[in-house]
Amino acid sequence: MDLAAVIFVETAYAIASLILVSMGLAVVFGMMRVINLAHGEFMMMGGYTTIVAVKAGINIYIAILIIAPFVVGIIGLVVERLVIRHLYGRLVDTMLATWGLSLFFVGIVTMIFGNTTTGISTPISGFQIGDYQINGYNFFIIVLVILLLIVMYALLKGTRLGLIARGTMQRSDIAAALGYDPERIYMLTFMAGSALSGLAGAVLAPLVGLVPTSGGAYIAKSFITVVAGGPSIITGLISSAASFGFINQVFTFGISPVVGEVALLVAAVILLRLMPQGITGRFFKGKL
Amino acid sequence: MTLNRRDFMAGTAGLLTAACGAMIPGSALAIDKIKFGSILDTSGIFDAYGKPMDMAARLAIDEINEAGGLNGASIDVTAYDTQSNMALYTQFGQKLVRQDKVDVVHGGILSASREAIRQTMRKSKTLYFYNVLYEGGVCDRNIFITGVTPSQQVEVLVPHAIKKWGKKIYVLAADYNYGQITANWIKKYAADAGAEVIAVDFFPLDVADFGSTIAKIQTAKPDMIVSVLVGGAHLSFYRQWAAAGMNKKIPMASTTLGVGNEHKVLTADEGDGILVAYNYSPELKSPANTKFLQGWTKKFGDTSLIHEIAVSNYQGVHLWAEAVRRAGSTDRTKVTEALETGLSIKGPGGLVTIDPQTHHAILDVHVMEIKNQKMNVLESALQRPPLDTQSACDLKANPDDNTQYEIKA
Repeated sequence: MDLAAVIFVETAYAIASLILVSMGLAVVFGMMRVINLAHGEFMMMGGYTTIVAVKAGINIYIAILIIAPFVVGIIGLVVERLVIRHLYGRLVDTMLATWGLSLFFVGIVTMIFGNTTTGISTPISGFQIGDYQINGYNFFIIVLVILLLIVMYALLKGTRLGLIARGTMQRSDIAAALGYDPERIYMLTFMAGSALSGLAGAVLAPLVGLVPTSGGAYIAKSFITVVAGGPSIITGLISSAASFGFINQVFTFGISPVVGEVALLVAAVILLRLMPQGITGRFFKGKL
Repeated sequence: MTLNRRDFMAGTAGLLTAACGAMIPGSALAIDKIKFGSILDTSGIFDAYGKPMDMAARLAIDEINEAGGLNGASIDVTAYDTQSNMALYTQFGQKLVRQDKVDVVHGGILSASREAIRQTMRKSKTLYFYNVLYEGGVCDRNIFITGVTPSQQVEVLVPHAIKKWGKKIYVLAADYNYGQITANWIKKYAADAGAEVIAVDFFPLDVADFGSTIAKIQTAKPDMIVSVLVGGAHLSFYRQWAAAGMNKKIPMASTTLGVGNEHKVLTADEGDGILVAYNYSPELKSPANTKFLQGWTKKFGDTSLIHEIAVSNYQGVHLWAEAVRRAGSTDRTKVTEALETGLSIKGPGGLVTIDPQTHHAILDVHVMEIKNQKMNVLESALQRPPLDTQSACDLKANPDDNTQYEIKA
């Protein structure tokens, strides 16, 4: 019984962390069709921002929830103005440019912090479920992801801003004809996506040993999750993260963590073979 | 690449010149300078290992030069930074032996980097020292290896931990040859001590999420964990283990934590109580260590960078220097023969003796407990031989051997 509870929490955590690492990319790639290969580096920078802030004596939650997304959002804004905005609609070119950016960021961070592992401790201590000890921080991540999804949904569905953003992503010419400036909306959306990536990196920072090349570990998983999710941003994200997280954990507990990772990738290949448009290309059509 | 006749001629001319150069005896060219080659990753992802190693070698050489050099000649260092890139080892290794024509090469960090240059050194008859803790088994008369091997560590660490904590062991290991081989030695020494390894989990080097593993460990209810995890991503395990509060419940020993000063990246709370076994701790009280720490402070200031393999490198350089003194020459054969007499030096980690049979080191292994980001020595096992490599390698009987044996425990 206790074990079942532990497995349930671990599975929820696996799903939540997949959603978390993919959220920024879902906005940038899912909405804007910009293949951002520097997504992992945005996360890495979010992590470093948190560590620097915490070591400077700032409260860890403020560092994670406010400072890191803000800083990375600003970096995203600069990147959008300097590089990305010239490349909208040019898929291969953005890929090359963002790949270059990722190398650039890894280089810069290495120059500043050195190529060594840094980290901070988790702010929440572990607690007991029956015979088992569980990482309390996992709950923080699960709750945070749920809140983020609700906010994102409310923002996109309920506000005028969200409506304009979605409209622009679908037909920027019509949005322009109606008097909205697509360039400005693209800029803000990219910035929001970057901030989400920074937040994800910040939230995960206390759980990992951070090195400047850490971003590489997330990029594959986040792309798989977003691509398999399909055209609907939020529904797609939830459905693909839930499938992959579940499969990963079943095999991890049943066999070993290595097999768990393999199972996730195999599942992604099969899923994309059966549903080339992603999960929401077939189910939940028209949902957000 | 296309090759025209002019390029070809130019290239051939270069090669011929180089070949002629090689025919002039090295001693005639450098009568008052000994050429010391160093090849280490002092930048890139392995710089946490390489930088202190480089500093330690330079300290050792300064000490030797200040004391009047070797046989009246001072040592000149030629050092290359391989930037944590294996391809550069081949390139700089060739450069050291062909262009710089050094008398000895010290260096290499990962086993892959050692294997990238070992044959170059052997073919060019350049004496080679690899001064790093590694998986054991290299059998080659041209190389001397002064780091600890798995049996040396595990033989001391595991029985100590079993006595302290109990008989059910759960092993977590990195999924490559070092992890696999060390896990086997843990099984062997656990069985010898009447204990049992109830599970072994292997992790690829980029795995950073250990949540499910931590739950699995709790299901198995071991008396202790032995960690053979390696690298930055695996460091997450210690952090997540502590975040779950498990560090207070199930004790842990490790054969790898702290080699690159990882225990200083973890907080005191995350690292406290973990048992390790190495040749060196800055907390060792011995005249040789005091002298080493003083020398380091004078030259570099910050002693917090010192770690196990930096000291290995320091000891390797001094072993070689002692052999050159004994041989009265830097000639490869004479130095090798001097080392094969079972030569030893007193290093910061204790007495280090070359084992003539394997060209590995017989050294002291200290069981230590991490406390407040320091390694406090609990027990010292003196002069442990490299049993693993000895079981497969005998350079006395078979001096032309040139293999890395995969040693079964």
